[in-house]
Amino acid sequence: MDEVSPLIQIKGLRDGLLVTMVADTWDRAREALLERIDSQRDFFRGARLALDVGTHVLHVDDLVSLRDLLSDRGVLLWAVLGESPTTERTAQLLGLATRISRPRPQEAVGREIAAMLDEESALWVRRTLRSGTRVEFPGNVVIVGDVNPGAEVIAGGSVMVWGRLRGVVHAGAGGDTTAFVCALDLSPTQLRIASEIVVPATRRGRPRPEMAFLRDGRLSVEPWRPG
Amino acid sequence: MAAKVVTITSGKGGVGKTTAVANIAVGLAADGQRVVCIDGDVGLRNLDVVMGLENRIVYDLVDVIEGRCRLRQAMIRDRHLHGLYLIPAAQTRDKSAVSPSDMVRLCDELRAECDWILIDSPAGIERGFRNAIAPADEVIVITNPEVSAVRDADRVIGLLEAEEKGSPSLIINRLNPGMVRRHDMLSVDDVLDLLAVRLVGVVPEDEDVIVSTNRGVPVALDVKSKAGKAFRNIARRLRGEDVPFEDLDGGGFWERLTRLGRK
Repeated sequence: MDEVSPLIQIKGLRDGLLVTMVADTWDRAREALLERIDSQRDFFRGARLALDVGTHVLHVDDLVSLRDLLSDRGVLLWAVLGESPTTERTAQLLGLATRISRPRPQEAVGREIAAMLDEESALWVRRTLRSGTRVEFPGNVVIVGDVNPGAEVIAGGSVMVWGRLRGVVHAGAGGDTTAFVCALDLSPTQLRIASEIVVPATRRGRPRPEMAFLRDGRLSVEPWRPG
Repeated sequence: MAAKVVTITSGKGGVGKTTAVANIAVGLAADGQRVVCIDGDVGLRNLDVVMGLENRIVYDLVDVIEGRCRLRQAMIRDRHLHGLYLIPAAQTRDKSAVSPSDMVRLCDELRAECDWILIDSPAGIERGFRNAIAPADEVIVITNPEVSAVRDADRVIGLLEAEEKGSPSLIINRLNPGMVRRHDMLSVDDVLDLLAVRLVGVVPEDEDVIVSTNRGVPVALDVKSKAGKAFRNIARRLRGEDVPFEDLDGGGFWERLTRLGRK
């Protein structure tokens, strides 16, 4: 079931509808979507929508208001797919899915970001990651705040946490065995570097800054001394 | 005077949301405040039972929203306290019968009528939760000192912060001081350490709560009950009074408070 309109495209998926927002501005795309829903109320009632927003950069307000407008029409916003990391983070914060089972031709974009990165740059996250949040980035990640149990950090490079690391962390997710993980209190639920996985033993005594890295292919943890 | 809308939510089910709403409402109403409780758990209503008002329901929340009755007609007056009302949830419908903007409209209409609107949120983070938090001026997250409940509370706090509802406050319910002392239960300190939000109350585990719930007489009406006192104190703190926390789990908690005081 394919339908074409100049501003939005709607496509049936196994587990809902995929709406691709083609319009040049977010407001126009949103209006077009709401108009379409209002003109076919019965068709859309109870529907699950995945939105492909392309390059639009969306903040919390944008998604919250759209979600509530959809909700008023009996439509559930279930996933938001986008190329902007901001949009993806917003969607994750709101508990929306950011990928659907259909593979997206998005790998190329990921590679582009990866090509722009070098060892000197990192994603800067200045807040505590609470349960259910997931931060995924092809390069290094620096978190100023805690990573609570139930949160996940997946990085192509290294991960540094200026706070307590108690969730799941994966450094060198693309296979980089030189990646490391350090935290002021390194007590993750599970720690992975490249393809190595460890479930650290429960800590005894006072927490101190520690660093985990691969030595001869095995994970080892040492006191963290910058430099 | 415009009412303040407070939503009580938890993520995990069974931690005491409904009990807290009923008892805080009683605490506020006992101090002469006009309070309307709204049961946001459409399809699985409970608040009417806990408040002992089940047999008086004629109209419910969905009837108001769908225009089958006036707001006033769905407000059930409490048996014990003047100025305390309940708007019950519909039992025969589901969450999709109500939308976030319906709740905002309803609360805006109610604001002129009372001092406090307390909303009992359903468990979970889906439609019913979003309905319940949409009109809130303030959100209180309630949890038990258990790892799974605290984990869900953390998730809910993250969602509230993401929606720019501000940082919620926290009630820790069903704390067993003996178990905390034996290190068999998370302490207030352990919970605050992870959640890092403002504490408005700690309610001890108390058999009176179960008895009173079954009778439909909120425990806050019982002057002898420890849990009842804790709930009344939460009501006073909501009104801006500076009420010292009850000493429930010995050392750790007090050390923390004095530490906070010194900062």
